[in-house]
Amino acid sequence: MDKEVIIEKINDFLIDEFEVEPDDIAPEANLKDTLELDSLDFVDLVVAVESNFGVKLVGEDFVNVKTLQDFYNLIENKLS
Amino acid sequence: MNRVVITGMGIYSCIGKNLEEVKNSLYEGKSGIKIDEERIPFGYRSPLTGMVERPNLKNDLSRRQRVSLGEEGEYAFVATLEALKNAKIDQDYIDANEVGIIYGNDSTAQSVIESIDTIREKKDTTLVGSGAIFKGMNSTVTMNLSTIFKLTGVNFTISAACASGSHAIGMAYQLIKSGLQECVICGGAQEINKLAMGSFDGLGVFSSNLEHPEQASKPFDISRDGLVPSGGGATLILESYDSAIKRGAHILGEIIGYGFSSNGEHISTPNVEGPSKAMLKAIKQANINPSDIAYVNAHATSTPVGDANEAKAIVNVFGENGPYVSSTKSMTGHECWMAGASEVIYSMLMMQHDFIAPNINLTQPDEAASKLNLVSKTIDKKFDVFLSNSFGFGGTNSALIIKK
Repeated sequence: MDKEVIIEKINDFLIDEFEVEPDDIAPEANLKDTLELDSLDFVDLVVAVESNFGVKLVGEDFVNVKTLQDFYNLIENKLS
Repeated sequence: MNRVVITGMGIYSCIGKNLEEVKNSLYEGKSGIKIDEERIPFGYRSPLTGMVERPNLKNDLSRRQRVSLGEEGEYAFVATLEALKNAKIDQDYIDANEVGIIYGNDSTAQSVIESIDTIREKKDTTLVGSGAIFKGMNSTVTMNLSTIFKLTGVNFTISAACASGSHAIGMAYQLIKSGLQECVICGGAQEINKLAMGSFDGLGVFSSNLEHPEQASKPFDISRDGLVPSGGGATLILESYDSAIKRGAHILGEIIGYGFSSNGEHISTPNVEGPSKAMLKAIKQANINPSDIAYVNAHATSTPVGDANEAKAIVNVFGENGPYVSSTKSMTGHECWMAGASEVIYSMLMMQHDFIAPNINLTQPDEAASKLNLVSKTIDKKFDVFLSNSFGFGGTNSALIIKK
């Protein structure tokens, strides 16, 4: 899947399903602080990724994911 | 012992989505019973049900709050918003005072079944999402509302079948009366969906009058052929008299008796002794005479044995042709876990607005009911004291007495 498509899909579900403010979406945005995603939201991120990309993430996948860019990279790597 | 008063009410039911709509429906004798077409191919014997639409809470609650809230929780939330507003209790008051919650609920079938279906399909528990556990537990209403409204007092759910809502009010009453709490949000909620009521329908106790859904629920009538399931949410704000006076609250009524009992017999067939005992206990606690009670809101669900045994119990306690009696389930259907709370609100609305709502669809009472002073058409009448009966599977009984 094209990198731009991955980013667009992720941004779409963050805005639509997770109600993240569009203005807060930026590659350097911190998932926990800037986007205000808590531990329960990460469970729902796993659900959203599965339904949008057909990829099942586990807790360890998020160990090095701090920013939105890290998250884009994680999904890109999983799909490659 | 503290006096315990009602200072707020909120309702979301099949006969109205707020107090004003419900009051009008009660006065007009309007039925909320419909046919749910989905239930026929699903395997139901009867597709009759009370219907109310799911509220859209996107502007009221955050995503985190919404994903944890199931159908019954949504109804309870809407009813509680209205009740708090009715009581003039805002978030600042809740933040500064210990407010608790006790709610009646006895199922979360849809939430549980849908999440298990997801696990079966995906073979991965994570994919049910973060809200499934909070929607699926029986305490879902108190769990969610206590966090949404940031409550710091008592916090638990009462599961007592179709008397859940009534016992929730009774327990809140006891906690305030004994001085353990000053203000408690209480009530009952009931999911309305085909996953929740299938096993109840399977007992063959639902009415099958599909030609006239609005006439299907006919408590005490000789031609009744079963109950109609229903649901929604009903919330009352209970406070100590001193708390209500201190904050200048408008007092809507005072709870003066809560009687309870268990039949100790059959799991589903009610008897006469248990309900009689609950009513007599409530009357004794209220320190009044049976003749002081002007109106009895009967539990009567429209089943042959249940209605007849309640009629006998009412005659046991009050004698023949005693207080006015009606079952509002003739209009609402059986709101199950919610019914004990909603029917207190229905009776409160009647007492506030000087009328007694009818037991609609009553053409000819059966032998036991013929000894009751049944109300088949709305009566304009001022009254000061009523008793509300609620009974449930397992023989659990609750009777509440409330005065103006």
